[in-house]
Amino acid sequence: MLGQIRPAIVSLALFTILTGLAYPLIVTGIAQGLFPSQANGSLMIGNGKVIGSVLIGQPFDDPKYFWGRLSATTPFAYNAAASSGSNLGPTNEALSKTVQSRVDALRAADPGNEAPIPVDLVTASASGLDPHISAAAALYQVRRVARTRGLDKDTIRRLVEQHTEDRQFAILGEPRVNVLNLNLALDALK
Amino acid sequence: MTTNGYIQLGLYMVVLIALTKPLGAYMARVYEGRPFGLDRVLGPLERLIYRVSGVRADEEMGWQTYAWAMMLFNLAGFVAVYALQRLQGMLPLNPQGFGAVSSDSSFNTAVSFATNTNWQGYAGETTMSYLTQMLGLTVQNFLSAAAGMAVLVALIRGLARRSAQTIGNFWVDLTRSTIYILLPLSLVLAVALVSQGVVQTFGPYAKVSVVQPTTYDEPVTDADGKPALDEKGQPKTKRSVLMEQMLAVGPAASQIAIKQLGTNGGGFFNVNSAHPFENPTPLSNFLELLAILLIPAALCYTFGVMVKDTRQGWAVLAAMTIMFVGLLVVCVVAEQSGNPLLAKIGVDQRASELQAGGNMEGKDVRFGIVNSALWATATTAASNGSVNAMHDSFTPIGGLVPMWMMQLGEVVYGGVGSGLYGMLIFAIVAVFVAGLMVGRTPEYLGKKIEAYEMKMASLVILIPPAVVLVGTAVAVVTAGGKATIFNPGAHGFSEALYAFSSAGNNNGSAFAGLGANTPFYNVALGLAMLFARYWLAIPTLAIAGSLARKKIVPAGAGTLPTHTPLFVALLVGVVILVGALTFIPALALGPIVEYLLMVSST
Repeated sequence: MLGQIRPAIVSLALFTILTGLAYPLIVTGIAQGLFPSQANGSLMIGNGKVIGSVLIGQPFDDPKYFWGRLSATTPFAYNAAASSGSNLGPTNEALSKTVQSRVDALRAADPGNEAPIPVDLVTASASGLDPHISAAAALYQVRRVARTRGLDKDTIRRLVEQHTEDRQFAILGEPRVNVLNLNLALDALK
Repeated sequence: MTTNGYIQLGLYMVVLIALTKPLGAYMARVYEGRPFGLDRVLGPLERLIYRVSGVRADEEMGWQTYAWAMMLFNLAGFVAVYALQRLQGMLPLNPQGFGAVSSDSSFNTAVSFATNTNWQGYAGETTMSYLTQMLGLTVQNFLSAAAGMAVLVALIRGLARRSAQTIGNFWVDLTRSTIYILLPLSLVLAVALVSQGVVQTFGPYAKVSVVQPTTYDEPVTDADGKPALDEKGQPKTKRSVLMEQMLAVGPAASQIAIKQLGTNGGGFFNVNSAHPFENPTPLSNFLELLAILLIPAALCYTFGVMVKDTRQGWAVLAAMTIMFVGLLVVCVVAEQSGNPLLAKIGVDQRASELQAGGNMEGKDVRFGIVNSALWATATTAASNGSVNAMHDSFTPIGGLVPMWMMQLGEVVYGGVGSGLYGMLIFAIVAVFVAGLMVGRTPEYLGKKIEAYEMKMASLVILIPPAVVLVGTAVAVVTAGGKATIFNPGAHGFSEALYAFSSAGNNNGSAFAGLGANTPFYNVALGLAMLFARYWLAIPTLAIAGSLARKKIVPAGAGTLPTHTPLFVALLVGVVILVGALTFIPALALGPIVEYLLMVSST
């Protein structure tokens, strides 16, 4: 039985080198060689500085921008150094209150729009960093964004349609709109 | 459910089942020592490992030695992970300058990773240095999985051999699982994930400026760095403007690949595979999902090959698949029908071409309902425990499915190795039940099942429920257990029940509102994980040893064939019955009450 002690310790050391050092280093080497942009966080450069990651949502609450999902990260929304969901249960009153206040905020920013609000626009994402909203959630906001910017609704609607991604290979996942990309395109309209 | 929903679920099942035979056949070759190609390339590495660590590869072990070797190896792994966390502040590869992890959290995480549970009591990106993630967590992701596969192979040998004293060599099974199965698959998966946007870098966290500066309430800290309180005892805040975002990155892809393939589940980031850097696209999601069940399903075929009757493997796989598909549909439908309490506020939850609809709280848009529910079911069917949505925010019935999946004992595919050895124990119980009905000595694959095997099988089946129910009971009557329950009412009870179901079956997922990084939960769940892993693995090896010694009895007229639809139905019945009888009272107090409250309030 004592004979098993040496293999236990020595093989752990060897496997640590193999799977804990060699393997991550090889993957890093391949990743940085083949997919440098993705491996480093899919960062976007604009005006010579890093303006965001295409994969990580940013907070928007100005009526002239499209708003994204609610984010439960602390101390501020879309804190990409501390991802978190709300973890509110379906019957928790705090959930209904949070949803209600978001509904109120959306209605206040767009008086007269009484359409039912797409669910993803009033609920918090799992990651707190969701970069997307549904096409329905984007179309819901077209009227507000157009009015705030003094632009034609159809122009904005076309922009949303251009930025709506289909399911991957037309099958996987869900259709969606990248909020950051859409807002950057809005600012570029002028 | 939408048409596309059926297509996505169908595609997943088809690809999973299609890969079962090729991968299963390959693994059988690896364990039986027949040539399989990769051995020519990596053979020298395998022999080097044996030479340096003093292993005689041709020397086989009895079951006690085999179990002893596994325990020693896991103990060494536990000590290494614990030490790394406590010392990370003094070690390199720590660009964010994280200090030592607390002793109770380190204990919990070390147990969790050594037992293949990978319960995440900690938040990765705010606690763990790159070095700890790699040398501690990634390494155990491989080795705890390989140890589970080794125990399974030992049990299969016990079934396949006749009048033998030994069940294989633990070091050989461990090494072959790691370098021929887990490493190559992980390497391929990791690179595929990076192509989709999973990060893999040793650089520090990236700082980006935000497009629209927003204001928020920043907590004020006093001179000691503790939160300052105002006159009312509430934390003081000040208005601040957010100008930039700090993006947590790191060597994530390499760890995520093995996290999924080894049914580990401990994420690189706090929100696990919901994080866009851990699971950025629907394709990465599909691959990670596939990786959860790939090896556990394929091992069924490996089992069939090794006992020289592949129909036996298909029968077990069929039983698993029937239970999986049934519960999957329940989960998807529950989540797709949404939350009636939100419908009252004027929220549109209908699925359409423009939105996934349904219960989107705690889900990301790119996954929607179908992929979130599929993940929740798969991750708890296997003892994976990674998440791409927050189970705590699931509807009551949607959350019941993953909870019950774990409570069934992690045998619906289950963990790599551990799932199938758990299911084979259920098969032994099933033939025993059938034997009682007709008054014959039960046999499985020609081996007589006698009192000793049944005692050990009973241990395997009874220990996890005991750990789960006693642990939950203690949590809901003690101050330490109740203090960090997050959601009120029945859902709060579900949080505690889920936590012990997860730890007591080595799953690792959570109703994550529960504040589990406290001394009470770190220690209680740590102990639950230890019981659930070793008190199952050791009796399983005892059965292996006992069966190996027996002769093979030729099948007679009274033998129950174990490859027929009848046996599949019997096996499903035993698993469901044990799970239902044990847990329905507890489930009634949690998700079922919550469901009734939810529908009655509308």
